[in-house]
Amino acid sequence: MTSLKSTLLAALAGSTMLAGAAFADGHALSGDLKIFLDTSNPAPRAAMEASIARFGEQHPDLNIETTVIDREAYKTQIRNFLTADAPDVATWYAANRMRPYVEAGLFEDVSDLWQEPEIAENLASTKGAMTIDGKQWGVPYTYYQWGVYYREDIFKELGLSEPTNWEEEKANCAKIVASGRACYTIGTKFLWTAGGWFDYLNMRTNGFDFHMQLLQGDASWESEEVRATFANWRELIDMGGFLENHQTYSWQEALPFMVNGEAAAYLMGNFAVAPLREAGLSDDQIDFYQFPAINPDVELAEDAPTDTFHIPANAANKDAARAFLRHVVSAEEQTIINAGDALGQLPVNAQSSVDDDEFLNQGFEMLSSNSPGGVAQFFDRDAPAEMAKVAMEGFQEFMVKPDNLDRILSKLERARGRIYE
Amino acid sequence: MTTAALPNNSIPDRSFWQRNQQTWAPWLFLAPAILFFAFYVIFPVFQSFNLSLYEWDGLGEAEYIGLRNYEDLYYEFIDRDAFYTSLKNNIIWLVMYLLAIPAGLFIALFLNQTVTGIRLYKSLFFFPFVISQVVVGLVFTWFYDPAFGILNVVLGWVGLGPVNILGNEYTVTYGIILAGLWPQTAYCMILYLTGLNAVNPEQIEAGRLDGAKGWRMLWHVVLPQLKPATFIAFVVTIIGALRSFDLISIMTGGGPFGSSRVLAYYMFEVALSEYGFRMGYGAAIAVVLFAIMMVFICYFLWSMYREERR
Repeated sequence: MTSLKSTLLAALAGSTMLAGAAFADGHALSGDLKIFLDTSNPAPRAAMEASIARFGEQHPDLNIETTVIDREAYKTQIRNFLTADAPDVATWYAANRMRPYVEAGLFEDVSDLWQEPEIAENLASTKGAMTIDGKQWGVPYTYYQWGVYYREDIFKELGLSEPTNWEEEKANCAKIVASGRACYTIGTKFLWTAGGWFDYLNMRTNGFDFHMQLLQGDASWESEEVRATFANWRELIDMGGFLENHQTYSWQEALPFMVNGEAAAYLMGNFAVAPLREAGLSDDQIDFYQFPAINPDVELAEDAPTDTFHIPANAANKDAARAFLRHVVSAEEQTIINAGDALGQLPVNAQSSVDDDEFLNQGFEMLSSNSPGGVAQFFDRDAPAEMAKVAMEGFQEFMVKPDNLDRILSKLERARGRIYE
Repeated sequence: MTTAALPNNSIPDRSFWQRNQQTWAPWLFLAPAILFFAFYVIFPVFQSFNLSLYEWDGLGEAEYIGLRNYEDLYYEFIDRDAFYTSLKNNIIWLVMYLLAIPAGLFIALFLNQTVTGIRLYKSLFFFPFVISQVVVGLVFTWFYDPAFGILNVVLGWVGLGPVNILGNEYTVTYGIILAGLWPQTAYCMILYLTGLNAVNPEQIEAGRLDGAKGWRMLWHVVLPQLKPATFIAFVVTIIGALRSFDLISIMTGGGPFGSSRVLAYYMFEVALSEYGFRMGYGAAIAVVLFAIMMVFICYFLWSMYREERR
């Protein structure tokens, strides 16, 4: 009786589904589904839990158990739970960041999902970031743009406009410094913020392809190209463009300088918008521009880190896990979870709509039409973890002591020799 | 049955347990502790030695590479890279942290008097030892903050500064050690306060009669009696210096650009942090740290053994 009832219910649920993808195979899902999330901040947490609840409504026989782990702690815990007590679905990051787990055989190959037209057609833009050795190892659920968030009112006060090339950028910065402010706030205590600067300066100076070669160990850190990147960086440092004492601050601690008007802009991911708004800046005071071109001969490329869902190889209920992956990338679900009041980021599904938010719209526009060079993940996701650590430490040192550049670059070159082998 | 009627002249037939009770009882009582110590301390020590000969990312297969991890450490030392910095900072920690002992002694001498409310003063001085190291780290981070920290505000009044103690690679380690000295001094103070209670008043009196006072009294009469307290203070301070980790993690995260690392933190970074995937290398660092600790541990054990033989 109960099985009949559940099949009926499932059929009913399936028929009411708009996307319908979750029920492609037609049989009801049952048993336990363990989901581990790293979306520990309040808004993302609520968004993901609501999404899981909607999935649960469609599959009443499925006993879903969600565990939310602190985002930072998750990064070390994942290595334990993937081997010891694997959940059925786990969040992680795209590109090189998932390589150790793929190579250790801890992530399930989900290329079959990427064969399904629903996913193949609508998620094509992120397929590259999910591919290692020609196979796909997970699905993305959100991504966000990086770029320069600036104080519109300060720009107006000084009569500045959004720069589109390096000369305008430097001219702007000179005026901002002359007004007693720093051009850019930044907090490099945890290093990765400096990685963002390097990403942009290097992609603008040498292009996306060289940047990727460098991060994958195929280009030298002591090459002329890399030196050109650092020379450009140094121009901003020497004119006093960056916040002083940035090595003592985290990225959050660097925010008040922009809020108080002591710094005019911040090169950051879109997640910086929410705290800026909470700190009392209105949308008239904050605006966004794409990082300006430096070398006119290279195509613009952007950083857009992608967060992902994976099925651990040791998962118990892979059928249900696959259904959940289909659910979370569906057009409708993508629209809901990436809305401004939920994750506040960009949907990965081409059929979804972007929430009507000044910054999301600009970011979507930029990534879909003005990033011909390519889309990178982020310095510490594209480079192997070990190399990322050494390099970002070097960037921080360079920002404080630009004269040490030769020593820093030879150290990075030595690290390259050891890490990539 | 004639034998039954005979009186039993032989020694009563005691059981094995009754015969060996004296020898066995202590071992039985020790057994749980020995078992746990062997399994959770001794065994992992050897496991670490073993692991340091492998290259292992914690996920896949471990690959035997002989002494290559130590070779890498050697080159890092030669190149004045991270390992050199960590080792150097560890030595600075060892030396500077010992300041907690004289500082604790003088506070203890100062507080060892009978004034109204002395208990309150004592507990206030002891306070920093009670609060968590994480809180100590946060408080000092704000204290040093280049923008709003009280240190720079005060320096500003006399026309100095601003200084960024935690952002400068030459001052950062000393800044963290100072934060560590705050609770450590309180710890040494408590050890000396209890020690001072046991100082023999007759000897003090005798010293007075012989005309000793001030420094001579302290050096020749009081300090020798405080020797056990000094020994314990020395042990806990050395060990505290070598395991300094939480303050570094909270205050700087090893930065700026890795200049405040110590061996314990470097090991964590290499093997267990977000960017760490080198278990074998981390184990090699742990072995070096263990070797340094071993020097002190042997010295402590040897001096305790010598004390007991007297």
